[in-house]
Amino acid sequence: MDFVNAIILLLNYIFIPALTYGSQLALGAIFVTLIYGILRFANFATGDMMSFGTMATILFTWYFQSLGVSLGVLPTALLAIPFGIIFMIFYMLLIDKFVFKYYRNQKSPPVQFAMVSIGVMFVTQAVVRIIIGPGDRRFFDGEKFIIKAREFKEMTGLNEGLALKSTQVITIFVTIVLVSLLFWFLNRTKTGKSMKAYSDNEDLALLSGIDPKKIVLVTWVIAGILATIGGALYGLDKSFKPFTYFNNMLPIFAAAIVGGIGNPFGAFLGGYVIAFSEILLTYAYKKFFMYVLPESMEPNSLVQLLSTDYKFAVSFSILVIVLIYRPSGIFKGKVL
Amino acid sequence: MRKNLNVIAAYSIMMVLILMVGIFQSWNIALSIFNLCLISAVMTMGANIQWGYAGLINFGIMGYTALGGLAAVLISVDPVQEAWRAGGFDILMSLWLIVVMVLVIRFILKRFEKSKIRTYSIAAIIISGILLIRFSAEPGIEAIEAVDPAKTGFLGGFGLPIIFSWIVGALFAGGLAFIVGKVALGLRADYLAIATLLISEIVIAIIKHEDWLTRGVKNVIGLKRPAPYEVDLQTTDWFIKLVEKFNVGKLSVIENLADRQAALNQLVIEGSSVFVKLCYSGLFLVVVIILLILTQKALYSPWGRMMRAIRDNEEAANAMGKNVVKQHLLIFILGSAIVGIAGAMLVTQDGLFTPGSYRPMRYTFLIWVMVIVGGSGNNFGAILGGFVVWFLWIEAAPISLFLINFFTAGIPETNALKAHLIESVPYFRFLLMGLGLLFIMRYRPKGILPEKIEIK
Repeated sequence: MDFVNAIILLLNYIFIPALTYGSQLALGAIFVTLIYGILRFANFATGDMMSFGTMATILFTWYFQSLGVSLGVLPTALLAIPFGIIFMIFYMLLIDKFVFKYYRNQKSPPVQFAMVSIGVMFVTQAVVRIIIGPGDRRFFDGEKFIIKAREFKEMTGLNEGLALKSTQVITIFVTIVLVSLLFWFLNRTKTGKSMKAYSDNEDLALLSGIDPKKIVLVTWVIAGILATIGGALYGLDKSFKPFTYFNNMLPIFAAAIVGGIGNPFGAFLGGYVIAFSEILLTYAYKKFFMYVLPESMEPNSLVQLLSTDYKFAVSFSILVIVLIYRPSGIFKGKVL
Repeated sequence: MRKNLNVIAAYSIMMVLILMVGIFQSWNIALSIFNLCLISAVMTMGANIQWGYAGLINFGIMGYTALGGLAAVLISVDPVQEAWRAGGFDILMSLWLIVVMVLVIRFILKRFEKSKIRTYSIAAIIISGILLIRFSAEPGIEAIEAVDPAKTGFLGGFGLPIIFSWIVGALFAGGLAFIVGKVALGLRADYLAIATLLISEIVIAIIKHEDWLTRGVKNVIGLKRPAPYEVDLQTTDWFIKLVEKFNVGKLSVIENLADRQAALNQLVIEGSSVFVKLCYSGLFLVVVIILLILTQKALYSPWGRMMRAIRDNEEAANAMGKNVVKQHLLIFILGSAIVGIAGAMLVTQDGLFTPGSYRPMRYTFLIWVMVIVGGSGNNFGAILGGFVVWFLWIEAAPISLFLINFFTAGIPETNALKAHLIESVPYFRFLLMGLGLLFIMRYRPKGILPEKIEIK
């Protein structure tokens, strides 16, 4: 019985939260990696673009709520996401036209692109804060829990409860569907393959008649979808605050690079690597050992490797180590 | 003279702007803007050395600034004897452990050939070392943090005058830059940017959460000052006489003696804070001028020429026998050290150390905007960038408030859109910075004062 309790404990506090957080990071990381692979720059406006998409989603959610439209047990935001995506793509294309296109035509070095993306970051941050304000916003409605901890305890008679939030299930489900669609698109369709070719060798791709304008357009569309959904899922699960989204850019970068930047599948796994290592290293295992070990060997400290304050530091340290020993990432970068 | 005309013109415009703030708003605001402009100028000089001279991208400015600030705390605060008695021994033991660990790793690196076993054993030593330190230092840390946590709860510093911390801050930042440079400088430009950004976040995380060293988010307040205190000035005879002398005209108009005394008191209170700010301005100006002379000399020396050669064509410079790796490391350390000085200056001026306030927007990206806008590679440009951008950063809110009111003059006050816009005035500064950066990058990619190299 104790053993089952221990497993439930780990599921509840490590596995499910890490899987959810990892999915959110993974979507962001694929976004970063796509931009890096095809448009060839590190996009420092990632976090703020995600917050822009989330903001659009929130605005539409409020609009639907005011109309009285809802999805019953599911959050209304799911209905608003497609509209948010359209808004986001429109904004991204606008920025591309007025900002990035010029430097692409000039064939500017990646560093200059990165600098420009910082300008975009400032502007996006301002737009989001002016429209919706810097405060904390919750826009979740519908049923909050699928399984409540207390109900689970009563049902199974165990000491440990397992709580399953509906946002966690939605996040994981949506991520799986979205990512499989994306990989199907990249590997099976003609446009997807030409994107890969473009990422691999630009000149060769152009010679074989691939239209660069179309590639760039499709990339921004996919990026818009990923950014909005990733951001909205994070906001549903936790809450929406522009500053948090800016900060999330850092673990997202870490995930993309750990997975090998330019490689979407690597970025996808990288998200989970970062999320799991963050949570595994900062979790206090005291209770776990109390269940597993006999009473005489029970630990009296928290058995925590690092304090939770260092959650971000863990992912950054992993990144730094990967950068030093394997700059191309765990899963070899630059093969879209 | 002629060829420097644009430099002189740009600086005069900047000075006039600050003077206008003094005349129309208040001298207090003008001087605090001026002081922070000077500090920003030091930071931009540091970033400019790295980016403008050598083309190294460092997004970790925040980390070095915070280390400089930490130096100010560790130098100026009086040591907390009780905390030292409670846990000093454990902390010193941990320090020894770290030194031993580093020595062992060095020994292994020297003695054994590169192999998988060596890498793994080094990793094992590091991990077990960290665990060992964690468990051995834990009781000491807890004891230290338990010593009067509302007031101290940390080891304190050395109790020296805070001015020394400007040098120590440079050493701290340079030390960190040495480690970061050794690790990360081989990376490609954009990877280097990300790596330095993340490392600076790690530094901030450590400063925020190691309460025994820095008091963490509980902040250290009431640091010593190199300048006199306002309260003391207000009761000093010579200062009151000085204020009286400056305001003879104003005071002589008032007939009533009691009223005149009250007016004088008010002037003394205002004057004292202006005087203190002027003291800081003087100190900061000295630093800026010394650094400017040094960096200008370096830029036109053979060493500066070599750095430019490395920046413009690394391979060619390498082929000419220049040690690119070594020079990159050197310039990375120098630039970071200058940023460290600025960090210490900032904490000195504020008189408090608040680890929670170090955010990348303000301390990394804003500084980069300054360098790019001002003109990378040109020290006068970088300093000007610091002035212009900081001035706009502070004055953006009043300017945008004015513009909003101007354009919505016909709309009634109760209009929801107008009220919302006025409420979000503070965020227009981000918009202004972003647009400024984008426009400069597009239409004047070399900055307001572009790099100009004269062959003498």
